[in-house]
Amino acid sequence: MHAPREQTYLSATVDIRSWLLTTDHKRIALLYFAGITFFFFIGGIAATLIRFELITPGPTLGSPDFYNRLFTMHGIIMVWFFLIPSIPTTMGNFILPMMIGARDLAFPRLNLASWYLYMSGGLITIAALLLGGLDTGWTFYEPYSTFYATGYVILAVFGIFVAGFSSILTGLNFIVTVHKLRAPGMTWYRLPVFVWSTYATSIILVLATPVLAMTLLMLLAERVLHVGIFSPQLGGDPILFQHMFWFYSHPAVYIMILPSMGVISEVVPVFSSKPLFGYYFVVWCSIAIAAIGFLVWGHHMFVAGQSLYASLAFSFLSYLVAVPSAIKVFNWIATMHEGWIRFDAPMLYAFGFIGLFTIGGLTGLMLAALAVDVHVTDTYFVVAHFHYIMVGGAVMGFFAGLHYWWPKISGRLYPDYWARFAAILAFFGFNLTFFPQFILGYLGMPRRYQSYPPEFQIWHVLSSAGASILAVGYALPIFYFAWSILRGPRASANPWGATGLEWTTRSPPPPENFAKTPTVVRPPYQYDRGKPCMQAGDVR
Amino acid sequence: MSDRALGFQYGTLAQQRETATLGMWAFLATEVLFFGALIAAYLNYRIWFGQEFIAAASLTKVVLGTANTAVLLTSSACMAMAVTTFDAGSKRAPVLWLSATGLLGLVFIVIKATEWWLEYQEHLVPALNFDLARHGGVAEIFFVFYFCATGLHALHLLIGISLVTWLAVRIGSGRLQPGGSTTRLIGLYWHFVDIVWIFLFPLIYLAGRNA
Repeated sequence: MHAPREQTYLSATVDIRSWLLTTDHKRIALLYFAGITFFFFIGGIAATLIRFELITPGPTLGSPDFYNRLFTMHGIIMVWFFLIPSIPTTMGNFILPMMIGARDLAFPRLNLASWYLYMSGGLITIAALLLGGLDTGWTFYEPYSTFYATGYVILAVFGIFVAGFSSILTGLNFIVTVHKLRAPGMTWYRLPVFVWSTYATSIILVLATPVLAMTLLMLLAERVLHVGIFSPQLGGDPILFQHMFWFYSHPAVYIMILPSMGVISEVVPVFSSKPLFGYYFVVWCSIAIAAIGFLVWGHHMFVAGQSLYASLAFSFLSYLVAVPSAIKVFNWIATMHEGWIRFDAPMLYAFGFIGLFTIGGLTGLMLAALAVDVHVTDTYFVVAHFHYIMVGGAVMGFFAGLHYWWPKISGRLYPDYWARFAAILAFFGFNLTFFPQFILGYLGMPRRYQSYPPEFQIWHVLSSAGASILAVGYALPIFYFAWSILRGPRASANPWGATGLEWTTRSPPPPENFAKTPTVVRPPYQYDRGKPCMQAGDVR
Repeated sequence: MSDRALGFQYGTLAQQRETATLGMWAFLATEVLFFGALIAAYLNYRIWFGQEFIAAASLTKVVLGTANTAVLLTSSACMAMAVTTFDAGSKRAPVLWLSATGLLGLVFIVIKATEWWLEYQEHLVPALNFDLARHGGVAEIFFVFYFCATGLHALHLLIGISLVTWLAVRIGSGRLQPGGSTTRLIGLYWHFVDIVWIFLFPLIYLAGRNA
């Protein structure tokens, strides 16, 4: 059942039913794009209000309680409803099956069900926030979250619980797809690195998320039924909650960053016109990060009262997990070395990623050192560090991928000038927002406080100024992507001259992806300084 | 999970079968971590509150628990027979074996419910009527875990019973032919629920009973 020649996945059917009941991985990816964008802006509005509040040392917008609810909302929405699903569910869904030459994911209906779970969880959580929110912070630490917090903890936790199953099922779908649906000739070492890193991410999604689900279930039991599990006044162990929470939530950091690393590993070779340096190292570093990432959660608890020997082990392992990340950075830079570099928007975002991720990673090493961590625990130093990883790293990677695959997804080109401008704006805005926070934290400004001593104001004002630049950098793509959809010139099958199976089919792709299942004959990234030697049509 | 139709994303029926099988194994891996988290938390307290947990465990109904273990293991044997006979091409035998599987599952639920009822009468149910003065706070934590673990296990078993019933009807009406993976996958799930119990039984009922 081949579609007519010019039919695309967008034009095959157009009514609303065909979207809401679609099992096409490309359409489900767009459904996720809609959801992710919505939650990104909800979380972004919260961030804007936080930065607005912190311009003055005293209360600006509302009470301290309002501020507590604000940063909780920002954290919950950004972590669970934007960062964790962002790249896997959108670009992973759209591109991964095409990269391996498959017609769809292994379980298309399960994929659609995952989207409904994600949206249900998200809307339940939004409902909790609209009803008045909650003030626990995104970490729900015990016993505050069960016996003292007054907000809608039950509703928000339940929303996250539901969305967790979306993560689990998405990860499961990717794992099975990569194992079983590769095209003939697509051996494991011919897989693009984006597939490898999504695969590594999926392993974390599948193995870590159930632990969060059970932990949240126990938290709910304690809050709803007032029975002792974690609360010390009922004989429970609040440190146990932290262990179980971080057993998920530290690997969750790698859920956020690994897919971005995958995107960067695709973008850098194309725009350097060179094969990826050290393909095997990059591949196995993804797996190593996923594996070692399960063993470092205790570094969130150096001051929580865990044993010193445990802290030493976690500190050592946290240094260890930095090694594969560093190898990747070296490999991207080595890929660019003596390459024919094109400064298109995806590459600018990739540059941003490499620089910001490196700063985030190096400050992570400082935090992995016991003595330094004790000094800066719960300060803005930590806030700056993880924003460099999650925003400077993960979100830059998200935008790099979005700009790289946009012509494939939409079939249209976007104005490169504005895209480059947005990338540069985001880079400078980001640094101005978060670099002052390193200094603030080192000087002793604790996180999650509305009021602060007046001598910190200059750094907060700089940070808020940066945030307004960053906001423009993030808002610009909405306008030029909208223009691109409406007026943009049509994209060819392979506008970047890239290798990879997704570029061998039309833009936008036909519903079945490939007219004929491709046969792969060579490894990825066969670039030769301006002359890509595996172009569209090179695949038998 | 239709057995004969080939999904458009697959090349061959064999590929579809392998894909479904891997999917079920991956799903069971998530379940292992799900129950694993609960068991790890339980073990944390079991080690911390050794004596108190042993005292609390002595309040469980070990005779009923042991009987239930036998019932569930037998049900898994029936499930294994159902899968084998179905693959061998028999039509009547798998329906009978599946009925036995489902019935034994129901027997397990009935015995389990009886235990819960007895525990309710002895004021051992946290949040409902736990007698803190008599049993103490640590025993309450033990029983929170007891009810969470056995409750989630019973929920999984109820899902299993529904799947087995659905499967028996499909096979009985001839809508499911040998060669597919549906029967085997539901079998895997059933055995998994059995294995969870094999871990829960000694952890909950047998703590300190050797003394």
